[in-house]
Amino acid sequence: MSIFIDKGTTVIVQGITGRDGSFHTKQMIEYGTKIVGGVTPGKGGQTFEGTVPVFNTVHEAVKATNANTSVIYVPPMYAADAIMEAADAGIRFIVAITEGVPVNDMTRVYPFVKEKGARLLGPNCPGLITPGQSKVGIIPGRICMPGNIGVVSRSGTLTYEVVYQLTRAGMGQSTCVGIGGDPINGTNFIDCLSAFEADPQTKAIAMMGEIGGTDEQEAAEYVRKRMKKPVVGFIAGQTAPPGRRMGHAGAIISGSAGTAAEKLEAFEKAGMGIALRPIEFVEQLRARM
Amino acid sequence: MNIHEFQAKELLRAEGVPIPPGEVATTAEQAEMIAKKIGGMVVVKAQVHTGGRGKAGGVKLAKTAAEAKEIAQKILGMRINGLTVHQVLVTAAADIATEAYIGIILDRASRKPVFMVSPAGGIDIEEVAAKTPEKIMKLPIDTRYGLQPYQASELGFFLFDDVKQVRAASKIMMALYQAFMKYDASLAEINPLVVTPTGEVLALDAKMSIDDNALDRHPELVTLRDETAEEPSEVDARNSNLTFIKLDGNVGCVVNGAGLAMATMDLVKYYGGEPANFLDIGGSSNPEKVVNALRIITDDPSVKVILFNIFGGITRTDDVANGIVTATKANPLKIPIVIRLTGTNEEIAMKILQENGFSASSDMDDAVQKAVALATKGGKAA
Repeated sequence: MSIFIDKGTTVIVQGITGRDGSFHTKQMIEYGTKIVGGVTPGKGGQTFEGTVPVFNTVHEAVKATNANTSVIYVPPMYAADAIMEAADAGIRFIVAITEGVPVNDMTRVYPFVKEKGARLLGPNCPGLITPGQSKVGIIPGRICMPGNIGVVSRSGTLTYEVVYQLTRAGMGQSTCVGIGGDPINGTNFIDCLSAFEADPQTKAIAMMGEIGGTDEQEAAEYVRKRMKKPVVGFIAGQTAPPGRRMGHAGAIISGSAGTAAEKLEAFEKAGMGIALRPIEFVEQLRARM
Repeated sequence: MNIHEFQAKELLRAEGVPIPPGEVATTAEQAEMIAKKIGGMVVVKAQVHTGGRGKAGGVKLAKTAAEAKEIAQKILGMRINGLTVHQVLVTAAADIATEAYIGIILDRASRKPVFMVSPAGGIDIEEVAAKTPEKIMKLPIDTRYGLQPYQASELGFFLFDDVKQVRAASKIMMALYQAFMKYDASLAEINPLVVTPTGEVLALDAKMSIDDNALDRHPELVTLRDETAEEPSEVDARNSNLTFIKLDGNVGCVVNGAGLAMATMDLVKYYGGEPANFLDIGGSSNPEKVVNALRIITDDPSVKVILFNIFGGITRTDDVANGIVTATKANPLKIPIVIRLTGTNEEIAMKILQENGFSASSDMDDAVQKAVALATKGGKAA
């Protein structure tokens, strides 16, 4: 078991012929992900790498392949449209990798996707991987190992760092999910925590948050009220000054809200383990399993 | 991107928000001319990207054009919260009966822009929210439909009793929402929105921030960016496609990815050091970015050691290694460098570094401890 994706997941790639799209499609195929089609308007009828059929629209792709999942690598100004097209075509799980999507676009897209009954992950996220089965996005496969730790994070390379440390310590992962660093994202910590709680393979969860907003505090409250499985948390940006955006659009301390101290306190109140450094996930998780 | 008050007022005025006339001046003489043109009492206001201008003496009333000149002379060049004032807004003064607040901010929890209005205007809205939350009305807006007239009217009735004032305020809210959406703002506020003794409703101050991600589709707004209001090294970094924020420490950090960059800064602090900056070279594998990053960091005289922390995913570590070699050949380093690389093409990267006399670690904690030790030894007196 795992969350959101497994070896049966069938994926189409929106933006398959672009620079990032083509590079990562090859990597996903190499990892064993079932890539059943791609979409690039105007390139319908071609094949990618001689094996993957390319379509003009997501509707055509879904009709021909029965894909249930889509991964999006289109440029930021077209990302909102691509997400809505996927949801409208009946895709159930949409992973938007694109960085730099205007946030007002997302205020329109989110309710649309929700009404279509689909789940969106991202945008501005590394996607997710169920080690040994399937990866959708850009997380490097070789740092992961199958196992029973669920990983959820707002960051990309920081996720890799933690997963790498876990794998080195012999602690495999059920699924690793990057929810993205934008202020509005399709899937949040609570969505992932509840999925991990329901997943029989997952025994404990590593959660990496960062400064800005209140997602981590709400997640901690959820852990306290609803979860039986142990959760260990980390907050990036303990040394960040207020009022400055730390790279991610969402990573900004506004007024007195969104500080690392506030979030770590919420973790502590919820009885969660706290990792002050990435390496501390190993001992903190071990102590709780 | 933050824009100045006078710029936000121009955008709002174009949407129909009633705002007293005013113009921006960069010299005291210009300020005098504008004051003369407006006639009567004026306000001279420092244009800087920070709050607390009034408290710092950056906002002053002038009864005559000559006085406006005198005041502008004092305010221009003044430093407010570390920022130098290069421009002042000279605007007609208004008589004030009451002050209200209206604003739109992006709310992460509801995933919508939220209208916030309060009859307690003129002061910091966060203070109102903390002390008297019942004086704030919040209304999330579904951007697929936009702000509806009945909603604007509800917000207006929360502020005023007089129906004429309610109507005027509702119209202003519709205009504020228009501007918020049209320019892809992440914040738009009017504080104070005043009622004059004759019952007129006017916007006396305005603040807007534009979503950086949307600037590509607003070429008309790019020219509003005031680079003199920013740290020069940050402007340089942005023009090199790097995300950089200057901090006060002495360990210069070069990292790929925002989360890892923050975690690296935190680890520097954990081991007793102080980070000199936040720097994210992003996901692309371009040796040029590394060259620019090194230049920006070594330009800061307080930096005592450079710390690279690269976890290769999309970023190829051999590209980073090549960037380090190229940059240091052109400009030999005068301070020590500590390199941590792991991930995509790690073996090639390590070989490139070794051949050029660098050593590298694959462990983050090791590298950070080493960098902190070097910074403390070579830095401030022990």
